[in-house]
Amino acid sequence: MNTQRRSLPISREVGFAFAALGVVLLVGALFNANGLFFKPETHALALWAVSGYGILACGMTVVILTAGIDLSVGSLVALSGVVFAQCTMEAELSGWVALPAAVLVGAACGLVSGMLVALLRLQPFIATLAMMAFARGLAKTLTGGVKVQKMPPPESIEALNARFPILGVDVSVSVFLFLGCVLLTVFFLRALRFGRYVYAIGDNEEASRLSGVPVRLTKILAYVMCGAFAGLAGVLFAAVERQGNPDAGLAYELTAIAMVVVGGTSLMGGRGGVVLTVLGALTIGYLRKILDINGVPTAQQLMITGGIIVLAVLVQSLRRE
Amino acid sequence: MTAPLAQLSGIDKSFSGHVVLEDVAFDLRPGEVHVLAGENGAGKSTLIKILGGVHAADTGALLIDGRERRLRSVQDAARAGVALIHQELSLAPALSIEDNLFLGRERTGALGVVRARDQRQEARSLLSRVGLTDDPRRSVGSLRVAARQLVEIAKALGQRARVIAMDEPTSSLSGAEAERLFELIAELKQDGAGIIYITHRMEEIYRLADRISVLRDGRMILTRPASEIDRTELVRAMVGRPIDEQIHRAPVPTGEELLSVEAASVRGRTGPLLRDVGLTLRAGEVLGVAGLAGSGSSELLHALFGDGRATLRGLRVAGRSTQIRSPREAMARGIALLTSDRKRTGLCLSLSVAENTTLAALRRLSPGGLRRPGLEAHAATRGITSMRIACRSASQSVQYLSGGNQQKVALAKWIETRPRVLLLDEPTRGIDVGAKHEIYELINRWTAEGMGILLVSSELPELLGLADRVIVLHRGHLSAELARDEATPERVVAAALGGLEGKATPA
Repeated sequence: MNTQRRSLPISREVGFAFAALGVVLLVGALFNANGLFFKPETHALALWAVSGYGILACGMTVVILTAGIDLSVGSLVALSGVVFAQCTMEAELSGWVALPAAVLVGAACGLVSGMLVALLRLQPFIATLAMMAFARGLAKTLTGGVKVQKMPPPESIEALNARFPILGVDVSVSVFLFLGCVLLTVFFLRALRFGRYVYAIGDNEEASRLSGVPVRLTKILAYVMCGAFAGLAGVLFAAVERQGNPDAGLAYELTAIAMVVVGGTSLMGGRGGVVLTVLGALTIGYLRKILDINGVPTAQQLMITGGIIVLAVLVQSLRRE
Repeated sequence: MTAPLAQLSGIDKSFSGHVVLEDVAFDLRPGEVHVLAGENGAGKSTLIKILGGVHAADTGALLIDGRERRLRSVQDAARAGVALIHQELSLAPALSIEDNLFLGRERTGALGVVRARDQRQEARSLLSRVGLTDDPRRSVGSLRVAARQLVEIAKALGQRARVIAMDEPTSSLSGAEAERLFELIAELKQDGAGIIYITHRMEEIYRLADRISVLRDGRMILTRPASEIDRTELVRAMVGRPIDEQIHRAPVPTGEELLSVEAASVRGRTGPLLRDVGLTLRAGEVLGVAGLAGSGSSELLHALFGDGRATLRGLRVAGRSTQIRSPREAMARGIALLTSDRKRTGLCLSLSVAENTTLAALRRLSPGGLRRPGLEAHAATRGITSMRIACRSASQSVQYLSGGNQQKVALAKWIETRPRVLLLDEPTRGIDVGAKHEIYELINRWTAEGMGILLVSSELPELLGLADRVIVLHRGHLSAELARDEATPERVVAAALGGLEGKATPA
């Protein structure tokens, strides 16, 4: 697109993120569970499992680039899932209304978080911790604490769970939506002035303010974007479960943050990008898939994932020195 | 004659190759106030920090009470009876006043349990000596800056320090608080303590000093009893440097009025930082703003760039009455500000040369919010060529550039906004001589093109070499306005100290 955009350290980080993914894939090739790893279906499923978290991680990347954090996305998954389920199952609205409504609810929560951070100058950790509690409570209030279900599930939910054959493999709708979110984020960060402001604020907020950058507006937009993506992810998770569960999405924010960090985006802001996050998401996603097909129980999977996060970030910080 | 309390001799000190002190000798006698005078950057603070154990001298000897000492830390110095009271306050803000007073020397009983009641009683008596009525249980962070300063002094008293160095202790104090401090200094003298006193106020120098030493460019110029050196002589000793002949200013005929303000004021947390300063800047003119540390010159530039704490009465930009409430409004009126600290407030260090160069002008370079890589690449090339920025490529991250090249990137960012008025705050701080002269040339070029420049520099030869006209600030007030041929170093420094007459300025 443009040649002056890539500075050397960033591309080095991309190289590292590829290497980390490569190592995980190599491990998969070695422990291939009797060739299961080489079946295209395995990869289609791995991508499908990653896509919901990956969408969360895209929005999270933008917020983290501004030197912020959004802890509320897990709760927003529950809230928007509930809203989507109620719209389709109880109000019997079309998916074309329900999906935008759920995304808007997520965006509205992001707007509130963003305003708390940018206008009231709350620390992002605190502001979104509050939103995390509030949105979870709102989801439970809306449903009275029970799951929203209906048999048979409405058409729109089945449509979201549909698969399309690509090169002879059935690929889920959510994978396409994940891809769309990645492209959208790349567009926002690379092609829009907004993206440049995001990086500048994350690197040096005061210098940016003194350069006329609209710091508050940019931050608010970052949280709105993160909230909207969480809303979309919530719809997808609800569709998979075929229910609106106010207890869904617990600790998903941590998975999203882990994907961003393993990709190599700095929690200090200003350095990184969504391409890195995609690689980080795939690294973590494939790691889980490989452990899955080799029959490693979930409990041990979590322990290994924890170790891998530390390892990945350690190697990155060594390389940056 | 009594033996000196503290004696330094042959002190050399440099920071990363830059010599700050060279063969400095200094002594302090019991019962005296020894004023240390000098311009910004003369080495005064470094000298007392060596005495206070903050820095170690590269060479030289330090004697306290006639014994040679090696002070490796502030704690070492405190044990030797030396206390430092400086502006970068060394208190722990989250702790209470009493905990701060006894930090590192807690009164303890059996098993190391702190004897809180004893401490509180002693804390109360220390606080009353410095005239502070606050509860000793209050946290230091909740105090005004002036009160914190007094807590520092109380801490020094509590340590029974005999050598007390004060670096501009009155800068944040009110008139009454300063009076209380002066009484306290008199008491300390009576008790046989020695006080090293740094100030930028002429009236304080002559009110307090028993002896005066003048530092200039890291060398000790003179040490004399206060009665044997008059104000004119003192100023001459402080300045002493010829104007840098290599600074070439090509004056251009001044054009129309670009910016004028009747009264610029800035409120600070403890009082006004700038009060009713008026100025006029014309096209083609370099207006120098002189003043010692804390005079308000940097605040003046920020006030004109939309600092939220500022009020600008009678502001006119390009002849039209207006207001400036934010950096964006300032930029919209053709004003640009190069801040004094490029790393903290000037640049986004991990972003590239191109990204920094285009940041302030991005609104123009990306119409409709959509970036135009071609326009940005052009702007970056323009900046790199016209400022002669030495970088591997426009995509190189600015953190890897030298100080001079970083400064040029910061300047390129502002030139890209096509300003009419350029506010330069210490444009040559911390950059090499070559880059300095390039920046002088750029200043000449820009004024020739009709820009007006407001220049703040703590290097007097540079300021006087470049400025067509100079205004001098003293404690936030305008204390003199001088034409180029009137602006001798002596007159400027005298005005920066509050005038030769030493008339009291209101706090």
